Amino acid sequence: MSDLIDDPSPGKNEPEFTVSEFSNAIKRVIEGEFGHVRIRGEIGRVSRPRSGHVYLDLKDDRSVLSGVIWKGVAARLSVQPEEGMEMVATGRITTFGGQSRYQIVIEDLKPAGLGALMAMLEKRKAALAAEGLFAPERKRKLPYLPEVIGVVTSPSGAVIRDILHRLRDRFPRKVLIWPVAVQGEKCAPEVANAIRGFNALEPGGRIPRPDLLIVARGGGSIEDLWGFNEEVVARAAAASDIPLISAVGHETDTTLIDFVSDKRAPTPTAAAELAVPVRLDLLAWVEGQGARMSHAAGQGIAARGQRLRDLARALPRPQTLTEGAAQRLDRAGERLPAALITGVQRRKVRLSEAAGGLRPSTLRRQIGQERRHLAALAPRLPAGLLQTIRARRDALGHRADRLTLTPITRDIARKSEGLQSLARRVAEAGQRRIAETRRRLDALDRLHETLGYKATLKRGYAVVRGEAGVLTTKSAAERAGALEIEFQDGRLKIGGGTTSKARKPGKPPEQGSLF
Amino acid sequence: MTDRPVSEMTFEEAMAELEQVVGKLERGDVALEESITLYERGAELKKRCESKLKEAEEKVAAITLDDEGNPAGLKPVEGQ
Repeated sequence: MSDLIDDPSPGKNEPEFTVSEFSNAIKRVIEGEFGHVRIRGEIGRVSRPRSGHVYLDLKDDRSVLSGVIWKGVAARLSVQPEEGMEMVATGRITTFGGQSRYQIVIEDLKPAGLGALMAMLEKRKAALAAEGLFAPERKRKLPYLPEVIGVVTSPSGAVIRDILHRLRDRFPRKVLIWPVAVQGEKCAPEVANAIRGFNALEPGGRIPRPDLLIVARGGGSIEDLWGFNEEVVARAAAASDIPLISAVGHETDTTLIDFVSDKRAPTPTAAAELAVPVRLDLLAWVEGQGARMSHAAGQGIAARGQRLRDLARALPRPQTLTEGAAQRLDRAGERLPAALITGVQRRKVRLSEAAGGLRPSTLRRQIGQERRHLAALAPRLPAGLLQTIRARRDALGHRADRLTLTPITRDIARKSEGLQSLARRVAEAGQRRIAETRRRLDALDRLHETLGYKATLKRGYAVVRGEAGVLTTKSAAERAGALEIEFQDGRLKIGGGTTSKARKPGKPPEQGSLF
Repeated sequence: MTDRPVSEMTFEEAMAELEQVVGKLERGDVALEESITLYERGAELKKRCESKLKEAEEKVAAITLDDEGNPAGLKPVEGQ
């Protein structure tokens, strides 16, 4: 073909193509030759416009090949192309005459061997681990008994059946299934959306918000499970506020979501076992606790009863407390009448003894004695009285002699001297006070002189007055008929006229008004 | 002991407290008055546990989605 183009010699009988004819010729050759090719290369730039088709570059160290994956094919791919990934594309080459270009229409795209896929996964894992998304302290505790369990999985198939079955065996609960594609292109975005969607439900809303999530998928090839290795899924699971159990694939399969979930279950059935306790076990436990509690409470009361009986036995009978006292009372009671009789008899004997000595002659003898004594004292009475009066009169005479005026006049003289001295001190103090006040008045007067405007006159200032009083402005002076200037030693009158030059500035009005 | 009314406790809370109550009663070192209060509290907790266990109702529903992938409603799932 290069002959056709490169041959420079004109006039030869070679066919001439139009550009379109030539483009079509190339198309026929290329598409005929490369109707089915497998090309291995690194994925370059990937773009996904809204149409759903995927445009990408396949490249190696020297060349680049444009490629397109139509929408329908893209949805079937288990592993979505990602920049930097080593992949093998199967498809056919087409040309694009309008732009002189060719490209591969990809019908299948697979990672270039397990190694490439795992390398990709390791890279992602390292990046997320570096962000701390796998940290053990991020893991939340699963609720002991969740009320509502949200399950993100395919609505049909063995997985959801296994989960529901095991839940029913252990503890039937409310289950909400969020249906998602579990493989293919839609898997990752749908799973991520479901996790976010469950978290976005309002507590107490129309759709109850689960308190536990299970993200589950059955076993499959690594490509089948690839959606659960996508970053968007891992990030949604890490961001979930609701505790999340991942159960993807078989026990030996580990996907990215398992690293960020709060608990990894090896199988969907195991996820159900992690999710709820066994109801019958719990019922038995509660019964057991009830029985232990009744037993313990009964035991406590029985032990106290026993103790009470033991103590009661040790307590003495009430009669023994009073017996001794009763006996003493009886004995005292028996002795009481005899004691009374004895007491009365003893008093009777003393009375009769005293009555024996009581006779009239005894009384008369005593009266006679007293009368004689009185008669002996009576004659001494008048003489004693006179003697007492005499003694008192003498005492009065002595006192009257000692009464004179001398101490009183002495006292008057002393006090009048004191009065004179005080009068003198008052007069002196008055004089001093007047002199002091005079001095302060003089000082104030001097101060007044210096502060007043008259002192400033001595320093060369002058006060200008018109008929209306002090003038302070030139214009006021021009208006005034006659002026009067006050100097230090008197006032000078200047008749009317307009001689306003050479006038000294007047005093400020506020100072003038002080006077 | 928590201050929450027993009727608002989760199963796990009621369970934990019931265990404590039984333990205290079994140790037998509480006064008689208190042991009666404890017993009553325990009986209430046990009732709460039992009622939570009796609430074992299976109800399975699938979420229906609108065109933008947001939840639109619920549809019952039968025969699983």
